[in-house]
Amino acid sequence: MSAVLSAQGLRAYYRVQAFGVTREVRAVDDVTLAVGQNEIYGIAGESSSGKSSLIKTLARAIRPPLEVVGGSVTYDFGDGPQDLYAMAPDRLAAIRWRNLSYIMQGSMSVLNPVRRIRRAFADFARPHMEGSRAEYEERVEAHLAHLQLSPSVLDAFPHELSGGMRQRVTIALATVCRPRFIIADEPTTALDVIVQKDVLAMLRRIQQEMASSMLFVTHDMAVHAHLTDRLGIIYAGRLVEEGATRDVFRTPLHPYTSHLIASLPRIGDVAPKQGLPGRPPNLADPPPGCRFHPRCPLAIPVCREQSPPLEALAPGHRVACPVASRMPQAA
Amino acid sequence: MSASLPTEQAPALAAEPEAGARRGGGSYGAYLGKRLLQFVAVVFIGINITYAITHATPIDPVEQTISAATSFGSTSPEAIATMREALRALYGTGGNPVGQYFAFWRRVAVGDFGPSLSAFPTPVSVLIGRALPWTAGLLLVSTSLSWALGNLLGGLAGYYRRSVSLKAAGILAMAVHPIPYYITAFVLLILFGYVWPVLPISDAYDPGMVPAFTPAFLLSLAQHAALPVLSLVLAGLGGWFMGMRSLVSNIVSEDYTLYAELAGVKPRKILWSYVMRNAVAPQVTGLAMSLGAIFNGAIITEQVFGYPGVGSLLVAAVHSGDYSLVIGVTTVSIVAVSAAVLLVDVLYPLIDPRVRAG
Amino acid sequence: MLRIVRDLLRTNWEFAAGTLLLLGVLVLALLSFLSPYSPIDVYVVPPDMPPSGEYLLGTTSRGQDLFWQLTAALRNTLLFGIVVAAVSRVIALLVGLFAGYLGGGGDRLLMLFNDTFIVLPIFPILVLFYFVMRDQMSTFMLALVMACLGWAYDARLIRAVAMSVKAREFTTHSVFAGMTPTEIVLREHLPYVVPLLFSTTMNNINWSIGLEVTLAVLGFTDVNTPSIGGLIYWANQHTALVSGIWWWLAFPVVALVALFVGLFLLAISMNEYIDPRSRLARLGGGT
Repeated sequence: MSAVLSAQGLRAYYRVQAFGVTREVRAVDDVTLAVGQNEIYGIAGESSSGKSSLIKTLARAIRPPLEVVGGSVTYDFGDGPQDLYAMAPDRLAAIRWRNLSYIMQGSMSVLNPVRRIRRAFADFARPHMEGSRAEYEERVEAHLAHLQLSPSVLDAFPHELSGGMRQRVTIALATVCRPRFIIADEPTTALDVIVQKDVLAMLRRIQQEMASSMLFVTHDMAVHAHLTDRLGIIYAGRLVEEGATRDVFRTPLHPYTSHLIASLPRIGDVAPKQGLPGRPPNLADPPPGCRFHPRCPLAIPVCREQSPPLEALAPGHRVACPVASRMPQAA
Repeated sequence: MSASLPTEQAPALAAEPEAGARRGGGSYGAYLGKRLLQFVAVVFIGINITYAITHATPIDPVEQTISAATSFGSTSPEAIATMREALRALYGTGGNPVGQYFAFWRRVAVGDFGPSLSAFPTPVSVLIGRALPWTAGLLLVSTSLSWALGNLLGGLAGYYRRSVSLKAAGILAMAVHPIPYYITAFVLLILFGYVWPVLPISDAYDPGMVPAFTPAFLLSLAQHAALPVLSLVLAGLGGWFMGMRSLVSNIVSEDYTLYAELAGVKPRKILWSYVMRNAVAPQVTGLAMSLGAIFNGAIITEQVFGYPGVGSLLVAAVHSGDYSLVIGVTTVSIVAVSAAVLLVDVLYPLIDPRVRAG
Repeated sequence: MLRIVRDLLRTNWEFAAGTLLLLGVLVLALLSFLSPYSPIDVYVVPPDMPPSGEYLLGTTSRGQDLFWQLTAALRNTLLFGIVVAAVSRVIALLVGLFAGYLGGGGDRLLMLFNDTFIVLPIFPILVLFYFVMRDQMSTFMLALVMACLGWAYDARLIRAVAMSVKAREFTTHSVFAGMTPTEIVLREHLPYVVPLLFSTTMNNINWSIGLEVTLAVLGFTDVNTPSIGGLIYWANQHTALVSGIWWWLAFPVVALVALFVGLFLLAISMNEYIDPRSRLARLGGGT
């Protein structure tokens, strides 16, 4: 099964020059990952970990001062791998929305406030859907109905819909062309728990029906447990652990992962929660070696010197931690 | 999992009673009410200020006016008596203060300002009625032009940040913008009146012509309006340009613009349907707020070019001591500008649908 | 503070140009104190002399040295602008800060009042005022009247800042600490408004001087105390253009344009500096 998305050694930095001082913020630092067909890949990490920059880079939605300084992003929608950053603009426009769609964070303002929802569909989806106008309208309404949205929603303005409705409309919009790859950036963060559950169920259902791949970013580990097939943990712009969601939750190998999972509340668990000491590192001047070592309870001297590479300690389960690598693995 | 979906979804859908339906949409009436209230407030306060000013000095302006009129000679005693009565009734110093106040309002309400002194016995309202269309026409043409052109260029300048020609246009607009209307008009007068006399510098049309819908007359109309319009457009362009440019630079990084880019929507469509379309709304509000200032500029410009509008009328009235005319023009100006603002306010929800929901 | 000014001068050409122009005008205005002639005297020098070594900017048809007249005119015009700006700042602050802090019905009422003054066409009202007052009207009185009419736009801007500041935590703390609204508004909120105050002052001075010049040119002010508008008025009265005495018109206009453009450039560079997004854009970051 070939990967639909493959990132190799991806590096993207913010470069700012102010009053003669040059600064480089290493938002994405040497990330290598792959997402297969019919798979939901989750990306977890706290705020300012660089995960937003990562998916923007993977979607080629970056602007100066953020630029790609190394590595590659390759997509394969069934007709061979294509380098995202080497693509001509018209080719890029053709794959957008048809093959690669994006669900943005914050449904509050992603839709044009002065035009009706119908126009958003016309602008985003119509160019990619063949057939007559009547056929197009039928398809859109059928898709909406399938997601339990009334077709009257098309005549509404964004401010006339509630937050949950808007998010569902956005999801409908992002999936109406049946894209092979969907990037979802914190789509449920702004919603209350009940609506969140609905939206997640909707996403899962669509993904299964279309057999598309999804890259799902959220800091909420509970959502990852509920939804994703594979999981990647990002810390300070780097991928520190990656594996099947079940494996990662059952046997977390990286100390940071353990901490993230342990912070999830469990019914009946009355033990007090401990925060990690310290704060996330400054990406303009990260610590040497492993970026987590100043806060890590298991740090050993080599952590300070060398940046640990990602090693597969079990089939499909990689981790970047010298301590974990040295420990005997339970089968 | 999927078998339990319908029931799991049901509570959430029930919690959103307007699932699929729309909410809001009925408060356009409330918005309209607010705008109407503003209109009434402006007219009320403005006319009260006018009234207050007429009573600001112990020197009786009515007598001043009468003596100025009679000093011109050959006015019959009956005419003087009528004058005095009319002026007194309108804003005079006879009678009790409260009665005066209400008499004033009564007169204003029907637009009766009495006879004009400088053009006795023509009523002031007739004079204003003749002059107002010229001012209105001038304002309409020049404001539409400067607003539309300024916003267009400013929007493009904000979107295509690297364009040299747009940057140059920006600097030009910014250079003319701070200069007061009078100076701009004056400089144009000198340029086109003396240095390079290709356009007429006074009147609304060739004095030798009879107004008719002939091409010759219309051409003369256009020629005579050219300089005043040019002056007003130049003076106003810069403000709209800068405002739109800064609006557009902000909107370009709004979520909905970025999202449209992520969806591969064509740049031209994004420019017009997403960026410009959203930037125009605050500029309409800005238009409503500037109408008072634009009106000021128009009547000043008229004076420079001898354009027979309300501005020339006002200045001539002051110079000839025509009290009733001055008050008439002031009052009508206040009402006219407020009405224009109300009109723009009423049309605003067409541009910005968010306001319809109140 | 001085460092900020120095940085602005270096990186922001608008600020530098504006400061230069304004300094030029200020220097000229201050020179007026050295004038060998009293500004209201006429026929003290030969009239209608073109610019030369003896009469730097020439002389007027009224027998006045244009250079010294101009310096006096600039001084008076600037003073006028400053008086209007000062008084209208006070009104704008009071209305804006209290409206922003009070919110609800009080805010709505104040804004109804405020917006009235934005809509009102001021020029006819000022003309009427002149007509009624005639020779009784002094420049100072005119300044006061204009200040009372021209505060509304800036009051709105100040109110916006006040509203955003009110939403912050320290306001709640102040309330709990028992401070009265007046104390909170004046001691806690006022400092946030100061930069805005500064930039709106420039625009206000431009506006008031522009209006005063217009009134003066039409003869609707006290034309015997020299002001820029007054100079143009007298030049027109003596048909300077037709008589070929171009310097009588040209130099006042140039000085006026320099003043306006200078203040304007300062105002926009201040505004850009205050808004963090535009400041960032200038440094090469942002979009």
